[in-house]
Amino acid sequence: MNDRTEGQEDNRKAAPAGDPGAGGGSWSNRRRRARNSLFAAGEPAVWLTGGALAICTAMVVGLLLLVLWQGLVTFWPQAVERVTTPDGETYMGEITRHNAYAPEESVLSSLSEQVAQQARQDLADDGQTIRRLFRTGNFRLTQNHFTWVDDFSVEKRDKPEWALVLERLEWGRFYGFPEQFVQLHPLDGQTPQALSGSLRTGLAAGHSLQLAVSAPGEPGFALHPLADLRAAAPTPDPAAADAAAGGATPEAAEPAPAPTGIDPSEVIAIAEVAEGPEAAWAAFSEHHGTVRERWQRRRSLEKHDTGKINHKQEQARLAMRSAAMDLETATENANGGTSPEIDRARTRLEEAEAEFEEVRTWANEAFADIRAEIDRINEENGRYQLVMKTAGEGTAPAQTTYARLDGIVRAYPANQLGTGGKVGIYLSRWLEFLVDEPREANSEGGVFPAIFGTVTMTLIMSIAVVPFGVLAALYLREYAKGGVVVSTVRIAVNNLAGVPSIVFGVFGLGFFCYVTGASIDQLLFAAHLPNPTFGKGGILWASLTLALLTLPVVIVATEEAVAAVPNSMREGSYACGASKWQTIQRIVLPRALPGIITGMVLAIARGAGEVAPLMLVGAVKLAPELPLDGTFPYLHPERSFMHLGFHIYDVGFQSQNSEAARPMVFTTTLLLIAIIAFLNLATVALRTRLRKRFAAGQF
Amino acid sequence: MPERPDAVINDTVTHATEDAAMNQPIPQSTDASPDLPAAGAGIAVSARSSKAVAEDGPLQAIARGETPASAIHDSVGEHEAVLEIDHFDFWYNQTAQALYDISMNVPYGKVTSLIGPSGCGKSTLLRSVNRLNDLIDGVRIEGDMRLKNESIYGQGVDVIELRKRMGMVFQKSNPFPMSIYENVVYALRIDGERRKSVLDEVCERSLRGAALWDEVKDRLHDLALGLSGVQQQRLCIARAIAAEPEVLLMDEPCSALDPIATGKIEDLIDELRGTYTILIVTHNMQQASRTSDFTAFMYLGRLIEYGATQDLFTKPQLRATEHYITGRFG
Repeated sequence: MNDRTEGQEDNRKAAPAGDPGAGGGSWSNRRRRARNSLFAAGEPAVWLTGGALAICTAMVVGLLLLVLWQGLVTFWPQAVERVTTPDGETYMGEITRHNAYAPEESVLSSLSEQVAQQARQDLADDGQTIRRLFRTGNFRLTQNHFTWVDDFSVEKRDKPEWALVLERLEWGRFYGFPEQFVQLHPLDGQTPQALSGSLRTGLAAGHSLQLAVSAPGEPGFALHPLADLRAAAPTPDPAAADAAAGGATPEAAEPAPAPTGIDPSEVIAIAEVAEGPEAAWAAFSEHHGTVRERWQRRRSLEKHDTGKINHKQEQARLAMRSAAMDLETATENANGGTSPEIDRARTRLEEAEAEFEEVRTWANEAFADIRAEIDRINEENGRYQLVMKTAGEGTAPAQTTYARLDGIVRAYPANQLGTGGKVGIYLSRWLEFLVDEPREANSEGGVFPAIFGTVTMTLIMSIAVVPFGVLAALYLREYAKGGVVVSTVRIAVNNLAGVPSIVFGVFGLGFFCYVTGASIDQLLFAAHLPNPTFGKGGILWASLTLALLTLPVVIVATEEAVAAVPNSMREGSYACGASKWQTIQRIVLPRALPGIITGMVLAIARGAGEVAPLMLVGAVKLAPELPLDGTFPYLHPERSFMHLGFHIYDVGFQSQNSEAARPMVFTTTLLLIAIIAFLNLATVALRTRLRKRFAAGQF
Repeated sequence: MPERPDAVINDTVTHATEDAAMNQPIPQSTDASPDLPAAGAGIAVSARSSKAVAEDGPLQAIARGETPASAIHDSVGEHEAVLEIDHFDFWYNQTAQALYDISMNVPYGKVTSLIGPSGCGKSTLLRSVNRLNDLIDGVRIEGDMRLKNESIYGQGVDVIELRKRMGMVFQKSNPFPMSIYENVVYALRIDGERRKSVLDEVCERSLRGAALWDEVKDRLHDLALGLSGVQQQRLCIARAIAAEPEVLLMDEPCSALDPIATGKIEDLIDELRGTYTILIVTHNMQQASRTSDFTAFMYLGRLIEYGATQDLFTKPQLRATEHYITGRFG
């Protein structure tokens, strides 16, 4: 700015003075043009560069904000709304989104008179109508998760106080009103009369006792009033004596046995019933925790304990198989003759077979135990049922349905929640998301295995790529004499960065899985064949493939960092009598370390976000086991794994219930970005620490 | 300038042109006789190029691409040489010759400075002494140097071991990115010295030797890069003397420093005199005259004149030297 104004003043002064000479005039004109031109001033360049930066920033920040916002609001509990239409349809659920549209005339004409009139009026007023997407849930009753409702077709809209949201293990969400809470008390040899008598004493207010009679169908029982119980059987027996003993109670004191009624032998349990939404909700809250704890125990039994037994059995089978293979080899070596080798192998095989039989017997017993325990837990959990009544689905009337407590992950009366309650639900959803396993084909539940897989893979990748990349770059910079070969290698490395990542995936599949992995299987895991151990996609191969993919990043960054080390330092070191390697190790590497770690940051960012090659070399939709667990050898690099990037693709584009899964896409994206940012920050922190440490010379 | 018909190097030759005058040896003011005796004037001449010098002065000879004989004062020979440079030639890129037939002895325990205009090969010569030029591709040498009668460029010389016998201080201070302490004991560390007592002792001795101890003794484990420019340079000197070098090479150690800092370094060189043999390259003639015992004047890769500093600055034997030190060229 300053320069420019000064220049203009100069020109003004110079113009009259330099006027006489014609040549001077043109010179002065040229000078003036040059000084006054936009480019001479330099200001347009500021706007150009600043504008470019602003656009870049806006795009990046916009994307991040979108992901952040969508990812953060997904788990926030929404109010549950109920709408009714003049046609008598009822819908209840959460509004997930809305949009404006103008319905076709043909659509309007198919509507009832009242609704169509309202729609036409809306159209005349605003030129458009609004429709809202209700997450109505209740999939088993309606075969739908979502329903569009037009604003013009709504007659009444409210937020029922006792609308309850159930997040279930299966079949998605359920919206309805709690009607009853049923807790069955098994007879355990007592007569119904005796049990109900003893239960009555400690009965909570608002609870009543009913008879649970076994019935076919979903909950497995039907409820009847205690009064329906047929009194004592005709023949005097202990039950009758009991009934007589309990005669103090009014119900049992009813006189003659009615010809109709329920035979006591049909009664399977006495049901303690909490009637009405309030009492049912209170009872539910009381029991849900313990039921879920039992369910967790059951899941742990199914997964870990069964897994351990399976593992043991598999080990025994493999030992037997490997002994059999030894015998085969020995027989072949002996060329049809006999040899001590064969005898020894045969003995070993017999031993292994005996061992296997033993293990199998043991395993069957253990399985039976576990199954018994699971059945017990199942049965116990089945005693707790929430009876829900829907608001009515479309034109269908409201229905009543039983919900087992162990199938309910989370329940909340959405319209009663205060801010604190909403935050509680929000946090508990996040917690589940972060530490739990996915359910409902990945569209619900947590992503812990994917987080674990992503982080583990990235770490293995870093461990593989950084040393190799740094050593290669050191050779290129420090040892190799400049020339055609080095230039070619450098160009090749740079071009490697431009190869589509899926090509790396194909290479990884071909080289790591089918060649390297298959060879390892032949050598070390022959007994497992034909089931591949390493000869298929796994976390190790995925990590190595990504290491290959990110190698150029590390090499280029290291080369530049090494080149940036001043030559005077190297000379100083040589002059002290240091050898080349000592100089590299003590001077060049510490000095280049921040740059090298910058390369590592870039490699991590690139590798953690990569999806395409992973599909080929080991990332799967649902991995049954983590690559790290309590079974020897603890780290299982051959296992396939889940990955957040792949999870996003899978949930967003391969899901059955894509509408419900869509919010998960944003949440998972947010999580992936957060993890990459965290890994990067950790690396930067490491860089700062190492810089200090190496700079202080304490190595 | 009047013509001096008595100009002599070895063979007495007269010069008729004005241009040639500055190349001629000037008469020694202390010498009463106008005719200088051939060898008696304290000029040793190698036989190789005597003919060229015989015809005119060394600058003309150099301009023709010849290598005139160096004028080496007798006073140099009176001292025990720790480093002998013997007909040393040096080429960059195989073809570009930077040093021509340099022969000089660096006396033990003295400060010897190399002066000359830019590009005359002072630094190249210095860096050839500890074979730092080996790091440059395409370098070729002929001739040899000897450190205490052991060949430097001979077959099978362990360059690493050789460099450990010398210390070097560079134009720009280059402390390593580590603590002051680690910088000083670097040479010992790479030798695998781990005993803390030894390291501590060497560190203190070297830092005291470089007159830095009092300033940094409380922050030995701070980063060396936090020191001021002159402190960094003194740290580099401390590092160079930590391993008790037989020769201390200094490549314009003060050129990046202000006059006060320069004075400190010169004081330090003065203190090191006698303890170490120092070979110092400098651009600054005052510095050479102030600090050094012997001075060698180089020009375009040739050693022109070499002698005791006092002699060289007060009564140089060649006009070229006189003109250079009085600032008339170069």
